[in-house]
Amino acid sequence: MSDERKIRILVAKPGLDGHDRGAKVIASAFRDAGFEVIYTGLHQTPEMIVNAAVQEDVDVVAMSVLSGAHMTLFPRVKELLDESGADHVLLTGGGIIPEDDVAALEERGIGRLFGPGTPTTAAIEYVREWFAAQNTA
Amino acid sequence: MTPVEPLDTTTAELLERFRDGKIPGLARAISVVEGERSGFQSLLHTVMAGGPQAKRVGVTGPPGAGKSSLVAAAATSYRERDERVGVVAVDPTSPYSGGALLGDRIRMNDIAMDPGIFIRSMATRGSLGGLATTTKEVVDLMDGFGFPRVLIETVGVGQTELEITAAADTVVVVLVPESGDAIQAMKAGLMEIADIFVVNKADRPGSARLVKELRQALHLRAGSALKDIPAHHGVDLGQAMKKERTTDAPATEPEGWSVPVLTTNALTNDGVDKLLRTIDEHRSWLEESGQLEVRRRDRAEGRIRDVVNRELMRIAWRRDEVVDLLREGVEEIAGGEETPYSVARRIVEVLLR
Ligand SMILES: Nc1nc2c(ncn2[C@@H]2O[C@H](COP(=O)(O)OP(=O)(O)OP(=O)(O)O)[C@@H](O)[C@H]2O)c(=O)[nH]1
Ligand SMILES: [Mg+2]
Repeated sequence: MSDERKIRILVAKPGLDGHDRGAKVIASAFRDAGFEVIYTGLHQTPEMIVNAAVQEDVDVVAMSVLSGAHMTLFPRVKELLDESGADHVLLTGGGIIPEDDVAALEERGIGRLFGPGTPTTAAIEYVREWFAAQNTA
Repeated sequence: MTPVEPLDTTTAELLERFRDGKIPGLARAISVVEGERSGFQSLLHTVMAGGPQAKRVGVTGPPGAGKSSLVAAAATSYRERDERVGVVAVDPTSPYSGGALLGDRIRMNDIAMDPGIFIRSMATRGSLGGLATTTKEVVDLMDGFGFPRVLIETVGVGQTELEITAAADTVVVVLVPESGDAIQAMKAGLMEIADIFVVNKADRPGSARLVKELRQALHLRAGSALKDIPAHHGVDLGQAMKKERTTDAPATEPEGWSVPVLTTNALTNDGVDKLLRTIDEHRSWLEESGQLEVRRRDRAEGRIRDVVNRELMRIAWRRDEVVDLLREGVEEIAGGEETPYSVARRIVEVLLR
């Protein structure tokens, strides 16, 4: 118990597009930050993402959405997480998402979303701070 | 039964969810055990009270041999027989960052949504045996949750990661032509731990040769390679090897199980049914020969030792007095007054007082 608790994070790549370079980059960055990263590959449905998040008992789900479907995918995953009793899980992610949409999604209980230019360190810091706040509260 | 520690309310609630068959309850119980969070011992104590029930199959072998793909293929077949399957898949923790990239689920997407399958990824967290420190405990949880079959995938092993025998009833060693020849398998100690050998990627060149080499190596080990050579001829190795090449029957282990060498293609499922049948045969053998009981006793003994060792360490290093002696000792050693041995002696004496 002297060890601090590891942050477990699911990096998920929903949708039909065949590019997961971004997801892999962020997955390795999280690993190098000391997180335990579960990566499940391409073409994940919201149901698959939430199923894995529950079984793996992750603290965070990070989705990479480049397809433009962020306004449906993020709320859907959030909804399924809540239904599965995993409302304590932080849902965050990144992709090409306009500022207005980011704000709208945040209002629906989704965590911060990061644009394509953001350095991975910003996402790492965000997750760390969120996690620390959870565990002191 | 001797109680372990009183159940705190959080653990009691968790146990209730676990006992109600709630998947999030199992998932959280695993996290509690994996992180050795408070209450983990009473949790395991309660869950394990019924004794082991599940058939535990370990899958080990070098990186990329196709362990995850085979686990997925096997799980699919078990589901066709209506058997619920728990899967524990271990991947390495990076020694540099302490983080891990757990990617075994990538090969299991086709089965992941089946409610009769539960998959959990674990990072080794510094443990060197090919499993995480608490993988055996996680298998116990899946067993206690009611999975009649648990598949355990080790990290991609090199030469010393043989912990799997402590977790599984049946150990399947997966090799591929690219992973080297039978001599390398022998050096790695895989001959000793394998109950079943699988040469996967049978679609690749070299697999037939590897199968043959493995069979020869198993015969050598079983001591049968030389047995038909008349003694007064001395041991003519050339002749022994010639003889060997004609032998295709499985080599017999001293305890009576013949380690078979099978071939599979995990992508097309070729050979997977045969593998499952062989796992069943091994199971029957374990039960009929009494080896299952032997293995379970060995495991129980190992577990008691583990728990005592860990508990003693925790007790020792939690004591301020001991930590003070350690710090002082380091200074005294630097000053040439003591050695690590004399300091350790002092610490042990304090602990035994
Ligand atoms: N050609 C061929 N490729 C296979 C076969 N089985 C697995 N593969 C491929 O081999 C690669 C590694 O397979 P995995 O199942 O991830 O291997 P693994 O042993 O679990 O790998 P680690 O967990 O990383 O050690 C993947 O690209 C698979 O698609 C097979 O029978 N034939
Ligand atoms: Mg694997």
